Amino acid sequence: MDNEFTIDEQPVPFKPGQTILEAAKAAGIYIPHLCFQADFKRHGGCKMCTVLVNGRTQTACTHKAAVGQEVDVNTPELDAMRRSLVQMLFVEGNHFCPGCEKSGACQLQALGYEYEMMSPHFVELYPSRGVDASHPDVLIDFNRCILCELCVRASRDVDGKEVFAVAGRGLDAHLIINSPTGKLVDSAFAVTDRAAEVCPVGAILKKGVGFATAIGDRPYDRESISAEAESCEIPEVR
Amino acid sequence: MAMNSDVVGRALARHRADPTRLLQILREVQEELDWIAPETARDIADGLGVPITRVQSVVQFYSFLYDKPRGRYRVLFSDNITDRMLGNAALFEHMLKRLKLRRGQTSWDGAASVDLTSCTGMCDQGPAILVNNFAVTRLTRKRVDEICELIRIGAPLGEWPAEFFHVDDNIRRRETLLTPLEPGAALDAAIARGRQGMMDEMKRSNLRGRGGAGFPTGTKFEGARNAPGATRYIVCNADEGEPGTFKDRVLLNSFSTRVLEGMAIAGYVVGATKGFIYLRGEYRHLQEQLQRDIDSMRASGRLGASIRGAPGFDFDIEIHMGAGGYVCGEGTAQVESLEGKPGRPRVRPPSMVSVGYLGKPTVVDNVETLAHCTEIAIEGGASFARRGTKTSTGTKLVSVSGDCERPGIYEYQFGVTIGRILQDCGAGPVTAVQIGGASGVLITPEEFSRRIAFEDVSTAGAFMVFGPDRDIFEVARNFAHFFAHESCGFCTPCRVGTAIQRNIMDKIAEGRGSNYEVNDLKRLAEFMKRTSHCGLGETAGNAVRDALNKFRPAFERRLRARDFAPAISLEAALEPARRITARDDAEAHLDVEG
Ligand SMILES: Cc1cc2nc3c(=O)[nH]c(=O)nc-3n(C[C@H](O)[C@H](O)[C@H](O)COP(=O)(O)O)c2cc1C
Ligand code: SF4
Ligand code: SF4
Ligand code: FES
Repeated sequence: MDNEFTIDEQPVPFKPGQTILEAAKAAGIYIPHLCFQADFKRHGGCKMCTVLVNGRTQTACTHKAAVGQEVDVNTPELDAMRRSLVQMLFVEGNHFCPGCEKSGACQLQALGYEYEMMSPHFVELYPSRGVDASHPDVLIDFNRCILCELCVRASRDVDGKEVFAVAGRGLDAHLIINSPTGKLVDSAFAVTDRAAEVCPVGAILKKGVGFATAIGDRPYDRESISAEAESCEIPEVR
Repeated sequence: MAMNSDVVGRALARHRADPTRLLQILREVQEELDWIAPETARDIADGLGVPITRVQSVVQFYSFLYDKPRGRYRVLFSDNITDRMLGNAALFEHMLKRLKLRRGQTSWDGAASVDLTSCTGMCDQGPAILVNNFAVTRLTRKRVDEICELIRIGAPLGEWPAEFFHVDDNIRRRETLLTPLEPGAALDAAIARGRQGMMDEMKRSNLRGRGGAGFPTGTKFEGARNAPGATRYIVCNADEGEPGTFKDRVLLNSFSTRVLEGMAIAGYVVGATKGFIYLRGEYRHLQEQLQRDIDSMRASGRLGASIRGAPGFDFDIEIHMGAGGYVCGEGTAQVESLEGKPGRPRVRPPSMVSVGYLGKPTVVDNVETLAHCTEIAIEGGASFARRGTKTSTGTKLVSVSGDCERPGIYEYQFGVTIGRILQDCGAGPVTAVQIGGASGVLITPEEFSRRIAFEDVSTAGAFMVFGPDRDIFEVARNFAHFFAHESCGFCTPCRVGTAIQRNIMDKIAEGRGSNYEVNDLKRLAEFMKRTSHCGLGETAGNAVRDALNKFRPAFERRLRARDFAPAISLEAALEPARRITARDDAEAHLDVEG
């Protein structure tokens, strides 16, 4: 086969133009990711999908597959990096999983389990961030936002609304809302928007459906996040 | 507030209400209104027909744009390590006290605000400040007092003593680049060679980028020229944000003929008709003068249509001002910024030579790189390549600052030893030299025979000298703060990692650190290098890592663990846990003695 590269020494076919992550997904191989979802423009900011391509670190969600490439995904060193990334995202925000409605369906939490994060390791940064509960159908808890910009891309590129944006630099980077008051209720946002569905963590939450699925029965309670590769889908809570 | 909307209206008109001019519009509006109030932001968004969030994200990205009221006099103290060494901290405190202000606060009458900023490129004549983005050099206590008085009486900046704003070139050594160029000579030479001929000379010269990465310039030109599409751009990277670097300032001030004609030659070779100079906000003092140079060049037929009468050689240059942000020196971030957006680095590939400014093939080159093109046009590539070393051809400008008698600009052929530079600049006993700025390398005396060249010590030109009394830990801590302040926030490892690194350095500085933190610093440096999205994050741990490797006692002196023997041994206390888990691997042991 011509269009083939290897992941952990295993041959993987790809279609021209596919990224390493897309080709891996199609082949049922799991590469961790947070800011990637199939329908949206490439982003490449979370760095969870970091792999080795011919010995060099690259993000699998942006790097195109190429003939003969040797990609390493599962190495102790890469796993340690992924663990550090998850730890950094935890200490950067305020994540109290037991009190979070997304627990069990949260990709950040699931990756914490996947990469055996036993503690946050780094000193918590405890940022002072707020909650926007203004909208009748949806709540945003900025404490849990990991700046993956999926909502930004979904609202801009799919909903055609540009409700969300990221402002600020470095650790001050934060999500802002396009409305005269800066509140979600005064924006063009609707609960039927694609942007309402994409948050990988518990930052954008629908109101009125909380705990419809009991904790313990949620997707990542039942299966590890790496199992998603087989279904090629990101499980959703209903 | 009719007046405010007039200001906005005029700025919008000047820029034809083009959203890609957002950053320029905001800068100009703020120069008149002192800050971007919410209603100003709304007027601008409405005028451009963009969501308010686009305006907010730009305002909040750049250090010199404010969405909170700031003083009519906005004073920023350059806080590079070289400013520290020249005593800026005491002067900063003195000014705050005189103006009865706290850091970052605006005075009750809206007169002034005083804060710190990253290196402003005046290391050879610090301590330096910016007042409403205009550089004031050689600060003394007396000068601080005078400035406070001028602020008190509300004297317009234009009436302040001119000597406050005097910026010296401090050229200490010249070879070929720092020599005057007869206007038009390089252009004529390039035209005589023809587009392909000039391209061949570029490649023959083996010129490599002076902005740090050392990419072969001819190859870059060729890539852009061969990329499909009719429109191409040349960008002259004058962001010069690397702490300790100030050579581009001198080139733009006194050798603008070389820089501007170099840009035009690049345009000629690449087939670009438009060039931008991305001038860092800190060099606001150069803006008008540079604009005059461009205008007179156009008036004399050295810019515009059919340059020097050569049919089809059309090229013009426009200045874009930055607004505070080291990351905007990174090529893809710079192009984002040119498009009026926050300066966040793009995903690569595609490379800039095929998809750059507004999606068109774009060459981003350092000021010094473009200036060298005039030499190549005149003397030819082979002659140029005779200077320097085989793989690092030509000369290099070195920006020398710190503990030496003659700080300033030194031009050498590549291959010069570090020891030679130290000798020339009149350095006494030296503890270390930081070469390449905050992202560079720390060099100790054993290495002074090493050479400045891409194949040995590669640098964009910063050369900061530290004498025997300097504390290398504090040098590294200054740089750690720099990176945390300058991280763009796009990627996790740099956004969070630089903050953690800064916090750990502060903790150690307070005497509360231990070997645990020291080990974390080492891991962080490696982690950021491997996982970051751009060069900023990749190099953000270098200074701390080098300091740790080469000046470990500077850290150990501060570690709590050295002063206090803990009552219990943590390592021993872990033994039951190791037994229970049947582990005895390295991870199950602490990296501390006793
Ligand atoms: C964080 C960061 C800051 C940079 N700052 C500058 C700068 O101020 N000036 C510059 O010429 N290059 C800077 N660079 C390098 C540019 O990305 C790019 O390599 C350079 O402008 C290319 O021009 P050259 O080939 O002429 O060196 C920076 C790179 C990074 C990663
Ligand atoms: S709110 Fe959710 S989807 Fe949006 S950037 Fe934050 S984490 Fe990502
Ligand atoms: S490495 Fe730092 S500056 Fe570069 S993209 Fe990531 S966060 Fe931004
Ligand atoms: S999934 Fe690739 S960087 Fe986020």
